[in-house]
Amino acid sequence: MLDVLTGFVAELRRSGLPVSVTEAADAADAIGHLPLEDRQAIKYALGATLVKSSAHWRAFDTAFEVYFSLRGPQFDLVGPAGAEQDGEAAPEGAERGRGEGDAGAGGLEMVSPEELAAMLYRALRDADQSMLGAVARLAVARFAGMEPGRPVGGTYYLYRTLRNLDLEGVLARLVGEARARIEAGTAGEDGPDGARPGPILRAGALGRLTALEERLLEDEYRFRIEELRREIEAEIRRRLVADRGAEALAKSLRKPLPEDVDFMHATRDELVMMRRAIQPLTRKLQARLARKRRHLRRGSLDFRATVRHSLSYGGVPAEPRFRHPRPSKPEIFVVADISGSVAAFARFTLHLVHAISSQFSKVRSFVFIDGIDEVTEIFERSETVTEAVHRVNQEADVVWVDGHSDYGHALSVFFQRWGGEVGPKTSVLLLGDARSNYHTPESWVVKELGQRARHVYWLNPEPEAYWGSGDSIIDHYAQFCDGVYECRNLRQLESFVEHLV
Amino acid sequence: MSSLDLSSNAEPRFSSVAEVRRDLERVGYFADDGLAGVVYLADRLGKPVLVEGPAGTGKTELAKSVAAMTGARLIRLQCYEGLDESKALYEWNYKKQLLRIQVEQGAGWEEVEENIFSEDFLLTRPLLEAISAPEPVVLLIDEVDRVEIETEALLLEVLSDYQVSIPELGTVVASQIPLVFLTSNNTRELSEALKRRCLFLHLDYPSVERERAIVLAKVPGITDQLADQVARIVRSLRALDLKKHPSISETLDWARTLVLLGIESVDEETARSTLHLLLKYRSDIELAAKELAAATSAAAEPGR
Repeated sequence: MLDVLTGFVAELRRSGLPVSVTEAADAADAIGHLPLEDRQAIKYALGATLVKSSAHWRAFDTAFEVYFSLRGPQFDLVGPAGAEQDGEAAPEGAERGRGEGDAGAGGLEMVSPEELAAMLYRALRDADQSMLGAVARLAVARFAGMEPGRPVGGTYYLYRTLRNLDLEGVLARLVGEARARIEAGTAGEDGPDGARPGPILRAGALGRLTALEERLLEDEYRFRIEELRREIEAEIRRRLVADRGAEALAKSLRKPLPEDVDFMHATRDELVMMRRAIQPLTRKLQARLARKRRHLRRGSLDFRATVRHSLSYGGVPAEPRFRHPRPSKPEIFVVADISGSVAAFARFTLHLVHAISSQFSKVRSFVFIDGIDEVTEIFERSETVTEAVHRVNQEADVVWVDGHSDYGHALSVFFQRWGGEVGPKTSVLLLGDARSNYHTPESWVVKELGQRARHVYWLNPEPEAYWGSGDSIIDHYAQFCDGVYECRNLRQLESFVEHLV
Repeated sequence: MSSLDLSSNAEPRFSSVAEVRRDLERVGYFADDGLAGVVYLADRLGKPVLVEGPAGTGKTELAKSVAAMTGARLIRLQCYEGLDESKALYEWNYKKQLLRIQVEQGAGWEEVEENIFSEDFLLTRPLLEAISAPEPVVLLIDEVDRVEIETEALLLEVLSDYQVSIPELGTVVASQIPLVFLTSNNTRELSEALKRRCLFLHLDYPSVERERAIVLAKVPGITDQLADQVARIVRSLRALDLKKHPSISETLDWARTLVLLGIESVDEETARSTLHLLLKYRSDIELAAKELAAATSAAAEPGR
């Protein structure tokens, strides 16, 4: 057990979690107090001792599932499920089946796709936990087509399995049937419901479903399908572990923490995760900045007040008086490239800057691809920053010729139309990868801006090593900027914004 | 129970995770396994628990319930910006000391000093009180993320060694290890030193089953069916992209209102007219009203 634990801790550290030696010792201690066969309890014990931030839970979860997947009462679940279809009944049989991938599937071959679909349908309808597990196992064995030793990540198998299950179709059928049943007035007899009765169904609702009820019904089934998805994922992982061993798999599954995900290569799921991460991040940043401001209590010496105060000491300036500090708030112009390749990056930066806009005296935003448009108003009119960012994508007029980035044109138009408003209090933030499709750079614009503005910064979401390669013309602009920063993930973005304020 | 029981000097309070869970349920707190497990470990390892999560998920309630279930006294330290030693740990009763000095005008310095720095002149604040209490106590340090990072250091000695050092008096060591809960709304990152000393528990919104159980237990006169519906609607609302998701306490308020209004089953109209109990932003209410009505269109959308 200790070996597994040290391996596990090492894996957590490799995924970027700060696990100290004391915490590892605590974990070992904690496990000693719990029954080893209770997998959930072990998981929570390890979670409580090793993971000290909810943002890290996902990384922990993945690592845990990999390292502890073959140990646990999972096999017991096979028992009740096995009763439904023979061949899976004996735990050792199941273990073998799992161990050898699809080869040892045993009795599973006998289940036809139609039967499987029917089982899936029943499991989802009745929210039958053990049945869902069984369906997940069967589906993976049948559809994932896993081959031992093949260096493919789990997502590929997941995709293949899900494609074959047609979950959307099942969802539509479930909702449709439930509705039909209620409308037929047979709501009461919902079949062998166990711990989790179907929603509303036993409400004995009369006649038609209202829109609200239908919505709830659908949500319920969606959650169940989500559960099934998780089951399937876990099953695939178990098989992969058996095939390749925990360490190798953990390496390929290792998920970066939300703040370390690269903007340019983020998957859709990761973007959703980052969007969720940015909210607390801005809140924390705001709190930190506000605190910093408040703590700078001392301004310069206030000579008048000091002299006046000295009268009470007989003219001796015993107690110096200071002015209240008024830290200047910069004015920010954000000019962001929102073409496909860097859109995610621009979105997050706009989000962050606007979320902490109280730290600036004024924030104005401009977005461009080959044309440029001001979007400040969209942010002012929108209720939430998320909504504004969404609207920017739809409403801003940023295409001039062909919708391929043209930094030169966009910047020169910016300068013609708004250049006069850039003053000595302004900081200009230019966002983009400076890949201008071989158009002229027009870097004089940046030079002019640099002379007028307080600062001109360029944030580039590309790794620094790629700068200047291919059609990247960052070097043309860099010479006139006060700083060019690599800004590939939320962590870097956050530290830059803090520096800016 | 276990041979590895090195940490705590006293009798363990609980014999198993299941017992913790059962007892919590007895005092009206519905725990899932993870939560009960952490409370159990907190006792066994003698470590504080740092509870983190969105507002209104029962963080403070957890500490209160644990106190109620173990029959211990709850000592609460509410944190705020500007909290200092004299409010958290102890303070010398300066006026009483002055009086004492005046009374003993003729006495020598040594004697007076010995007298005025004794426990009689010490005002205990929550942390010291929890340490020095002879009876079992539960210490709740609420919203620990509100204090400045420097003040956090005050807590460290108490949390790791269960002792308080008073320069004039010596070190006060706890006679029994109290159960300590710290809550945080995560408005800032707590220091590593603090986190390292604690068990971490993330409390999220409850599952439908748990929420239904909570509603049933806390709202008198509610029917099974209404509780079920309430829990489901709230879950659907939490899946939306809202500024502020409804908390458990708001769910309870809503359920109570529905009961008072004599509603047996929620339909769209009732939901819409009472949404303001669940959601506190106008934009949220609008979005939710729209979403709850638009069920059929969602069916056509591709899944997640």
